[in-house]
Amino acid sequence: MTKLLPMNRRNFLKSTATGAAAIGFAPSLFSTSAAAQTALTVGFIYVGPKDDYGYNQAHAEGAAVIKAMSGVTVVEEENVPETVDVQKTMESMINLDGATLVFPTSFGYFDPHMLAMAEKYPDVQFRHCGGLWQEGKNPMNTGSYFGYIGQGQYLNGIAAGYASKSKKIGFVAAKPIPQVLQNINSFLLGARSVDPAITCQVIFTGEWSLAVKEAEATNALIDQGADVITCHVDSPKVVVETAAGRGAFVCGYHANQSPLAPEKYLTGAEWAWGNVYTDFVKKAQAGEKLGNFVRGGLKDGFVKMSPLGPGVSAEARTKFDTTLAEMMKGSFSVFKGPIKDNKGGDAVTADQTLAEDAIELESMAYLVEGVVGSTS
Amino acid sequence: MMEETGIGIWGVPLAIFAGAIRVSTPFIFVSLGESITERSGRINLGLEGTLVFGAMTAYAIAVMSNSPWLGVLAAMATGAVFGLIHGWICKFPKVNDIAIGIAMMQFGLGLAFFLGKPFIQPVAPHLPSIPLGGWSDLPQIQSALNINVLFIIGALLSVALWWAFKNTRVGLILRVVGDSSDAARAMGLNPDSVRLLATAVGGSLAAVGGAYLSLFYPGSWNEGISSGQGLMAVALVIFARWNPIGCFLAALLFGGAGALGPALQSVGVTQGYYLFYAAPYVLTLVILVATSSPTRSLAGAPGALSITK
Repeated sequence: MTKLLPMNRRNFLKSTATGAAAIGFAPSLFSTSAAAQTALTVGFIYVGPKDDYGYNQAHAEGAAVIKAMSGVTVVEEENVPETVDVQKTMESMINLDGATLVFPTSFGYFDPHMLAMAEKYPDVQFRHCGGLWQEGKNPMNTGSYFGYIGQGQYLNGIAAGYASKSKKIGFVAAKPIPQVLQNINSFLLGARSVDPAITCQVIFTGEWSLAVKEAEATNALIDQGADVITCHVDSPKVVVETAAGRGAFVCGYHANQSPLAPEKYLTGAEWAWGNVYTDFVKKAQAGEKLGNFVRGGLKDGFVKMSPLGPGVSAEARTKFDTTLAEMMKGSFSVFKGPIKDNKGGDAVTADQTLAEDAIELESMAYLVEGVVGSTS
Repeated sequence: MMEETGIGIWGVPLAIFAGAIRVSTPFIFVSLGESITERSGRINLGLEGTLVFGAMTAYAIAVMSNSPWLGVLAAMATGAVFGLIHGWICKFPKVNDIAIGIAMMQFGLGLAFFLGKPFIQPVAPHLPSIPLGGWSDLPQIQSALNINVLFIIGALLSVALWWAFKNTRVGLILRVVGDSSDAARAMGLNPDSVRLLATAVGGSLAAVGGAYLSLFYPGSWNEGISSGQGLMAVALVIFARWNPIGCFLAALLFGGAGALGPALQSVGVTQGYYLFYAAPYVLTLVILVATSSPTRSLAGAPGALSITK
């Protein structure tokens, strides 16, 4: 790992710019940490606008937390497409701003973009949001961090189960990938823990951000009688506003959307990236090795719930609080067999109890019984 | 229980009908604007940028002034400026209007994203709608018939334009300039000035479409608000053979076909939704193929248009 960089002009400028600390005397994995203890520059890259009430805002709120830490400079760039553009952004953060820790936050940044940059800049640490890093296959100066938000959607489901009068709830989803399917299933299972007669209608829009189609999907769900709506799209703003405008309750996702619909917002599953980023930065400042595969859920402070809204009954609040307390102890499992899928097959067998970090959940390809929808 | 609240399979025709009204308005305004511009013999491909910039301007002004109508007026003004820039540049010899259009589109998008940054979070007042569904007890029908004023204006405008192209002096001037610059000059008309004005009017109409997007449906400003609707609307003009009433109907068809995917999923037809999402485009291809002919050129195409030369 103590490979000396070829002394070209760019590397020379870079090392002088960051205090010339690295060359020669820092054999550690994180070789710029000697300089970083006094000043650490951290780069954040977002795929959309950082105030989208959604995925990107959740990360930007995390970045804002470490901005307040002493000795930390944060550089951010938003609306960076998942193309070679993100490589240019990373290079400019590293070469011009002196970033030694970079968080490319969007799924598609990983391969090949972040991997290419990691090879070119072995002294810079890259941590990608998602679960893609594999030991032995990907470089050690890269890594993945991610949260288990399914339990948050289960809690959303509890609030929805009590609020629904039609016993029909709706889910606007982007794409049928395992993480989205897990959220849909968790939402329904939470609602069914309140009333086993509840069904959940899902509509896939096919893209992460399509405002008009998301509004159409929300309207179609409500036309079919769904009276609580949640979603998994990049920016839930349109879904939340449309649903509340039609008089339906909403559960949030990614960030807190309650300002958009204060009366109709029940609760929401939010990311708490501030905790995760703080931990990374503290380690980097102390010169410690950063984790390569970092994950956690509600109990680890990776995920949090929005404050309960006025539409949540006292009864619902009690069940919400007891379930949350169990989750915080780490003893709760959303996927506890027997669970059938919505085609009649076995999704989880009777003897299986899948913890939230169970590897089986990462390849989920089914919708559970009670979800009306199809994965293709 | 479900029968009381859901409307089952009737949701599909209702959703197509409601979707046609809700989703079509931006298509109507952009395609009407473009039909004016193209009738004068010029293509403005930049309307996607104008649409998005109009959406941003309308939202920003509505947030600041608390008046959605002021937002629409401001959007029209900026749309006209975009049209004037396009028309002015295209006046110079050997300038290609399609290339300028693409440049203007990127310029409009970029400027809208840049200036629109602080307005993603605030909530703007929405444009009013007219509840025409009071006769029905069904909330679904009431909601579907909550028709926005801009949709009605768009419908009336399409008839007015259709009539004006045929029966007014302004319409005649526009058509002469569009069919032959030489004939127009012989009549003492200045084709460049006519096209400049036609592009400006087209731009301001396109911006109204943008205002509808950000101030009514879906009713929020973000950078993905249009996702290409401005470009599709320009294509609709050719599809509608430069006829304003055709533009209106084509826009309705597009809106309704776009609502098909979510509506079918909501009644449980869930297999193959990617295919349903392609419905508007498949429909366009089918109609274009069905109405094309190997023996004649596009009927109704203005003769001076750069694509027909």
